[in-house]
Amino acid sequence: MITGIITFLVIFAVIGSILYGQRLAKTEKSDAVFGNPERAKGGVHWVIVGTSFLLLSWLYYSWDIAKAFYPKSANELCQVAKVNESLLSLKYLFPIEERHHKSTALIKRENINIQKKITIIQNSTDLKDKDKELFVKLLKKTQRTIPLLTDEKLLENETKDKIRDLTNRITWLTEDFQKISYPPIKSVEEENKRIEELKKQLGWGATGMEVPPLPESKRGLKFHTAAQELNKISDEFFSLRNHNPEYLKLLKEIREEIKKYKDSLDDSQELEITFIKEIKKLGQRIEYESVFPPNALDEMEKSIREFDVAQKSEQGNLIYIDALLFPAGTIVASGPTCAEDGPGRWLPKPSDTFRIFGDLLKPSVGFKMIPMIWYEMMGVNRIVGFILPDWIADVMPGKYPVHSADGTVKPNFKSKVLDVVTGEFKAFKIPVPTGHIWDSFLRVFLGLTLGIIFGVPLGLFMGLNRFAKGFFDPLVELYRPVPPLAWAPLVITVFGIDNLGKVFLLFMVSFSIMIISARAGASGTQLSKIHAAHSLGASRWQILREVIFPNSLPEILTGVRVAVGMCWGTLVAAEFLAGTSGIGFVENVARKYMQYEVIWITIFVMGMLGLLFDVTIRKIIDKTIPWRGKG
Amino acid sequence: MSDLVSQNVNMIFKSPKGETVHALKDISFTLKKGELLTVLGPSGCGKTTLLNIAAGFLRPTSGIITLNDKEIDGPGVERGMVFQQGALFEWLTVAENVNFGLRMKKEDPVKTAQKVEEWLDIVGLKGFGNTPTYQLSGGMQQRVALARCLINNPDLILMDEPLGALDALTREKMQSLVLKIWKETGKTIILITHSVEEALLLGERVYVMAPRPGRIHKEYKLPFANMGLNEDLREIKNNEEFVSKREEILSMIWDMEEEIMGKES
Repeated sequence: MITGIITFLVIFAVIGSILYGQRLAKTEKSDAVFGNPERAKGGVHWVIVGTSFLLLSWLYYSWDIAKAFYPKSANELCQVAKVNESLLSLKYLFPIEERHHKSTALIKRENINIQKKITIIQNSTDLKDKDKELFVKLLKKTQRTIPLLTDEKLLENETKDKIRDLTNRITWLTEDFQKISYPPIKSVEEENKRIEELKKQLGWGATGMEVPPLPESKRGLKFHTAAQELNKISDEFFSLRNHNPEYLKLLKEIREEIKKYKDSLDDSQELEITFIKEIKKLGQRIEYESVFPPNALDEMEKSIREFDVAQKSEQGNLIYIDALLFPAGTIVASGPTCAEDGPGRWLPKPSDTFRIFGDLLKPSVGFKMIPMIWYEMMGVNRIVGFILPDWIADVMPGKYPVHSADGTVKPNFKSKVLDVVTGEFKAFKIPVPTGHIWDSFLRVFLGLTLGIIFGVPLGLFMGLNRFAKGFFDPLVELYRPVPPLAWAPLVITVFGIDNLGKVFLLFMVSFSIMIISARAGASGTQLSKIHAAHSLGASRWQILREVIFPNSLPEILTGVRVAVGMCWGTLVAAEFLAGTSGIGFVENVARKYMQYEVIWITIFVMGMLGLLFDVTIRKIIDKTIPWRGKG
Repeated sequence: MSDLVSQNVNMIFKSPKGETVHALKDISFTLKKGELLTVLGPSGCGKTTLLNIAAGFLRPTSGIITLNDKEIDGPGVERGMVFQQGALFEWLTVAENVNFGLRMKKEDPVKTAQKVEEWLDIVGLKGFGNTPTYQLSGGMQQRVALARCLINNPDLILMDEPLGALDALTREKMQSLVLKIWKETGKTIILITHSVEEALLLGERVYVMAPRPGRIHKEYKLPFANMGLNEDLREIKNNEEFVSKREEILSMIWDMEEEIMGKES
């Protein structure tokens, strides 16, 4: 419904803007920058822009347009796909999709294969002449079985009857198929069972169900039933063997000769064994292929062609829907399931993407048992236990209690302190955020904060002190030029795949950036300001805190902005490498299962979070250093 | 007693290439308390070097410079400095800038706030206390710089071309302000300028310095600064004596400049 409205709005907007643009192009005299008025005339570029825009929105929205205006179309196309799938093997018997009859192609191929084998045997230097003679004789005999299969006179009545029977069934199906009453209503029980199963079927685009396979409409049921009937016919045909007594007699003769020869061989004659096996295989291939006399299947071909025409006309508007609304692919059936095929598969289908996004946001669903972002109640004791180091208890006076003879442990002051610092006490609970997005955010935040806390003072120090610069510069410059991701495997191995490794990696990234920016800020302080502060009675420490630090703030904050971007990029890649949570982890798992919508969602979320970081820092910059560029 | 005494001060800079530049040579003078000295000279004559030595930012190569019989080694609160560009702290408001020195001394913020108000009133910035300095015009910035320096109650005020970057009208107003403050507070002031007119107007004493090596070329004692306290500055500028002194000094500096150009070419 909403998609429908949006579709119309988009179309109107595009047409409207093209018309408006054309009007503007006529009235506008010249553009201030691209001042050539000739270029603005004509409106050809408006047509190009508008058409490309329409094509793009068509490509992206077609799936949703189909969903909004033809909600049954995917399901019906799935049934059509089933018919096409069942029909395909039968069609391949005849020059419908191929150039030759299948029998023709097979005979051609087998003759070539046998001829090739004969050449190989005759040119072989390892085989004995006696064996060569025998092999060629056997192959010639195998070749002689082919005309026995293609001789119309030798075709048995039983086979003829079977072919006629199948042909009739296809013809009847074609006739019935075009009737409104098709498929005939089955027993009430079966019909109820079908409806019952249909109710259980999830809708188009539901999670894990791209296209519902059971027929939902009358037209769908028609194709579904026809597909089932065609499957039966096809199965029966391909189990049919055109083996007449003459052929079987020759085949038996060949087999016996092969067996006799094989028995005469001993295990060391590997070459001969290989050859005789290949000769036998050539015979077997002809045995199991559906080779028929040239005109034996003519009637059947006609019936199949007729059915194909009938089913295409029965599809009606589905053909146009398929072409227009599934532009980047079509729906194909494979076995019991239906799916979209072609490059359209990975396009983000707006409604599906939004729905999956909604699902992922549900705290009960999430991704891999972890919500995207939600809260959980956490006891204050756990937070206290996490923050306070355990050694506080160790340095307390006294000794830890020892259990007494009656099997109890009496707590003393030291053990009580230990309980506090390890968080083993009762406390109220507070909500704390949790989930993939929060995990990623927290890692970036921690890595960045640590980088700032350690990098800024060191950078300022390096900017002011030549010794510090000389001492730390080579150390920092040794690790900084290495791409952070190159460090990732090492850091993750040393510090573990969990938060510690990632936070340390991000710390490394932000640390070097903060050092460089703080150093630039400190060494860029005007001497007159330092002199002024000095003559106003400020001590060295005061100058550092009150003059150099605020003066370096613009550079430091610009550094933070750069560092956020770098950290964010590094984090996602690090989460790809290892871990069990985080937005990069979600994308990596989605990639493995080809969940295109989830991939698109993670891309979107990452973009949004990156933007959020940047906007926040820009706001902070505007608030804290309003003098920037005005001093 | 509270005199600034310079005895044979020499300053020799060494450039990284190993060349030596004799920036100041045998500078000796005595400045009594309450005197206003203006220093004038072509560029490169060592005016700013002299001021930096007086402020304590530079150590002279040889010689000694004392204030109140104490040798100057390093910057101190008793010598306030006003810079050409104001050198204000942009991250602070006007009042915070003025208050900076007192805050560094950790004085009681209530008392200092009152003092700041007084000084803002004196320099004509009443009501601008909470304005960020980057929103001020050049003249106002220099007023803040002046107040920031004076609130510390220094014995000696060093001004490094403080009015150099101002437009003519603002400059004149500021010149009156400097004279007013000089008179009211009775501070010793050294003012460096490249404007002959300014030097004559403000200077009770004027030193004209010559370059290579930097030295005091000529000294004048002038009445105009005291006249300026009561009369309109523009009238003084038309004074006959003023005009003749101005032309004399101007031609002197022109000669020096030409000599430098001749040496270089």
